[in-house]
Amino acid sequence: MPRKKAIKKSRSEDADGQVRSARPFWSGTLTFGLVSVPVDLYPGNRTNRVPLRMLSPEGEPLSRRYYSQKTERDLEDDQMVRGYEIEKDKYVIVTDEELERLAPEQSRDIDLRRFVSLAEIPPLHFDRSYFLAPTAGSEKAYKLLAETMARSELAGIATFVMRGKEYLVAIFPENGILRAETMRFADEIRSAAEVGLPEKKKLPAATVKKFERLIAKHSHKQLSLKDFKDEQAEKLLKLVERKRRQHKAVVKVEVPEREDGKVIDLMAALKKSLAGKRKAA
Amino acid sequence: MTARAIWKGELKLDSTKVPVKLYSAVKDQTVRFHILDQKSKTRVKQHMVEPAGKEVTSEEVRKGFEVETGTFVILEKEDLEKLTPEESREIEITQFVPPEKIPPEYYDRPYYLGPDGDQTAYFALAEALKNQEKEGVARWVMRKQPYVGALRAEDDHLLLFTLRHAEEVLSAKDLPHPAGRAPDKKELTMAKQLVEMLKGEFDPKDYQDEYRERVMEFVEKKAKGHKPRLHLVKTKRKTTSLDKVLSKSIEALKKKKAA
Repeated sequence: MPRKKAIKKSRSEDADGQVRSARPFWSGTLTFGLVSVPVDLYPGNRTNRVPLRMLSPEGEPLSRRYYSQKTERDLEDDQMVRGYEIEKDKYVIVTDEELERLAPEQSRDIDLRRFVSLAEIPPLHFDRSYFLAPTAGSEKAYKLLAETMARSELAGIATFVMRGKEYLVAIFPENGILRAETMRFADEIRSAAEVGLPEKKKLPAATVKKFERLIAKHSHKQLSLKDFKDEQAEKLLKLVERKRRQHKAVVKVEVPEREDGKVIDLMAALKKSLAGKRKAA
Repeated sequence: MTARAIWKGELKLDSTKVPVKLYSAVKDQTVRFHILDQKSKTRVKQHMVEPAGKEVTSEEVRKGFEVETGTFVILEKEDLEKLTPEESREIEITQFVPPEKIPPEYYDRPYYLGPDGDQTAYFALAEALKNQEKEGVARWVMRKQPYVGALRAEDDHLLLFTLRHAEEVLSAKDLPHPAGRAPDKKELTMAKQLVEMLKGEFDPKDYQDEYRERVMEFVEKKAKGHKPRLHLVKTKRKTTSLDKVLSKSIEALKKKKAA
């Protein structure tokens, strides 16, 4: 079944889904007890290290546009609405404003009401990773929370609403910086029984022992990241370099100014923000 | 009801092979909206257009890597095909580590593995992993994509996670330390006390996606022709001195616990 679009693409995403904006992904408040820490949220994963752009036969970068099936004309953002299909071809329209108002005020805060040991969370829940950076004026409380969690080796758990969706999240420090890992809710995970997996039968002890020996043979105390290299991406980059050196298939085009003006990468914005160089909003 | 397997493979540990089927462990519960043309209330379609606005069909689309602004190295279909890894059914397990050694940010999508024929080998491997308290690292090619993954025992069964490649994960080590002064001893002591009071177990059943329920309720009411009233959300409060707020928080929690 084809996936249906959840929400319209924001203007800061170009045709390849790359976010090119200096603004944080989300701004909000982290709270524990009565202490509130205003923070900015930045993506902690890169979805594609070697992003390929879609180009016209002449080599001009393309953009993705929506068009009406009825008039076949391209549509601007304000000519489109979001609809929930209640029966075939019949929709209930839901506006941005309504989605916004459906989130009660306290649900927008990341309120850390429970602290748990990170190792206790089954990886089945882990979804995407983000970094939190303090906003101007919140550095002190931010550092206090990061330091306290690091000392007690705990992660804070909360739910919060961001961009029209509720997230379950674990916040934990890494090198003095707070990482926010979004997690799947319990009802987003199947059980083995739901999948219909067979139940364990009696096992010959010798077979288990054989596997235990194999596991022991290949066990290491530390994880080796050699398996985590994206060799395909490396090959692609090498090919790009070779072609470039040979002046093969290289096209130069006038790139129109992007809609949001300057192209600044988020990593640079995050670094600036951590270094306390971000201006107060 | 039995789910449908999405792929079949063979776990390989030295020369020992365990045939398995993959099943998604995730159920998507997102409220799915369609994008509509506001005038006709019909679904929109997408296409690619060049800067002047002319449509470019998918057969005409070329792919390129931007080496500097406005300069693209074109990669033809044949180039990309040559880079596609060879198809294989093999899921090669390369190393085992204690489970906490793979950081959370590497985990991507989880799959259940089910036995494909030989049930003894499947359940024996799961039990051995559990007994040894280990997690395996695996590499395989599925649907023309190379994957790195983690093999885990979940109760009696096996889970295989796709993991992100190292280049896809940003490390805090690459980021500057946050600016600002370090917290003092008194603040740290109080904050620690506060966090300890909130310490507990992680039970996923304690958390529900309430927003999703609200959105669905709202949609249903609107479908019946009601116009539920929604209120504007207010913004922000301000913080006073850190140690005052900390001691107030501790007092409030103590009262709550005593009640």
